[in-house]
Amino acid sequence: MDFFNQHALPVVARAPTLKTNNPDFMGSEKKLAGATDPTTRTLNPYVTGTSVVALKYKDGVMMAADTLASYGSLSRFRNIPRMAALGDTLLGASGDISDFQYILKELEAMKEKEEYCEEDSHVHSPTAIYTWLSRVYYARRSKFNPLWNQLVIAGFKDAKPFLGTVDLLGTNYEDDHIATGYGGHLARPLLRNEHRPDMSAEEAEALLRKCMAVLFYRDCRSINKIQFSKVTAEGVTISEPVELPTSWEFKQFRQSGH
Amino acid sequence: MASQDFNFDLCARNDLLARTGMTAPGAMKTGTTIVGVTCKGGVVLGADTRATNGPIVADKNCEKIHYIADNIYCCGAGTAADTENTTELISSKLKLHKLATGRQPRVSTACTMLKQMLWRYGGHISAALVLGGVDINGSHLYTIYPHGSSDKLPYVTMGSGSLAAMSIFESEYKDDMEIDEAIALVTKAIAAGVFNDLGSGSNIDVTIITKDGADIRRNYVTPNERKHPAAVYYYPPGTTAVLSEKIVPIAQRKDIVVESVEKMDLA
Repeated sequence: MDFFNQHALPVVARAPTLKTNNPDFMGSEKKLAGATDPTTRTLNPYVTGTSVVALKYKDGVMMAADTLASYGSLSRFRNIPRMAALGDTLLGASGDISDFQYILKELEAMKEKEEYCEEDSHVHSPTAIYTWLSRVYYARRSKFNPLWNQLVIAGFKDAKPFLGTVDLLGTNYEDDHIATGYGGHLARPLLRNEHRPDMSAEEAEALLRKCMAVLFYRDCRSINKIQFSKVTAEGVTISEPVELPTSWEFKQFRQSGH
Repeated sequence: MASQDFNFDLCARNDLLARTGMTAPGAMKTGTTIVGVTCKGGVVLGADTRATNGPIVADKNCEKIHYIADNIYCCGAGTAADTENTTELISSKLKLHKLATGRQPRVSTACTMLKQMLWRYGGHISAALVLGGVDINGSHLYTIYPHGSSDKLPYVTMGSGSLAAMSIFESEYKDDMEIDEAIALVTKAIAAGVFNDLGSGSNIDVTIITKDGADIRRNYVTPNERKHPAAVYYYPPGTTAVLSEKIVPIAQRKDIVVESVEKMDLA
């Protein structure tokens, strides 16, 4: 055997390849130094929404979220509804907005397919949507390609309110009140102190307003433009954005010096 | 005089030890919810009483409100050793300062001493403090961070339970509360930390400082008492059958040597 070629691999029939040193030429054998295959899974969220707070009350479920989509520390889009109606179900989202838009589209497609194919006026129950979402989100996390959200699913079925949450890991649970993101730290203590399942609509809204005000004071990635929504026996209603009253006039703030 | 600059002499040694495999002893952190509130006539400080070492509760009833002066107290969150030693050092310095000046110490003096020391150590002293007191210029409340910054505010919270406590303050604080209202608010805020934060727990300590001095209410509220307290384990003689009895006076024992003691010569 030839001394210089004794370790050469056997020649295998293959399609002719164009050899060029130009790395920009498609199909060239030479790659740019340090080039790796592109990432095809989610590593970070980009355009994000902050907390969503929701609670059960006498006639159903009430939910609130601000209308901000942040781009890191930039308040990029200040009029983005983060709650959507899906038939009789109310869905709120925090986390990546593009993933929220994607899952909404999937849910819409599922609903349209039901309506078109079955034509039996069947509407997915809130529990069905909640369970479907928790399976989809867990499946995505198991492929290391999560949908970077924490969703709040609310509904009113068989005269009983339904409230649950699903997150990017597939964690899912139902509770009398839910608070995502910073709401977990700031709103949850208030909800645990004051929530009762038989609250009236006025009491429920007052408690939600208190929670959203505290979040506006203390969450840097929030704005004072809040949407309130509720789901009752009558269905889902989502209000127009409102501004909450805030108070910045403390005596010490007006006095100067230490 | 020793240089007042950063002193990182031991860092090289510590790095070497870490590289050769020695794991540094962990700092005992206080988890913690601490708060302070200004009100009509003074300040009210509050704290929980749980000290944690990672996921373990090291001390179920530690004291987090430290004495600085008769009219100044300081709550501490972060590494327990750091908060304890830092507050004791400044308390000592302030006592000497008081004797030198002949005046009641001021809260701003304590604040300046604390923040200048913490800044000098570049944040390596993990002490996050809520400093409050009443002096000749009125009542004052400061919050001091490990890197040495301070804020002077009407109401403050620090520690892992600070968000839970702050949510109570942001919904219910108002200027010029009566002392009793302030105590109720502080108690509610610490309770929010105790019950919603895993790093905080057990009891609620409160200290009220007015121009007349400090009123220390240790364990003001105890919302986590043990359901079944430890029983009394005294069993009177005769509970179990006595089979035999042998009494040996100590003087007769061979293994004990009785020494006579010579009195110290003080002539």
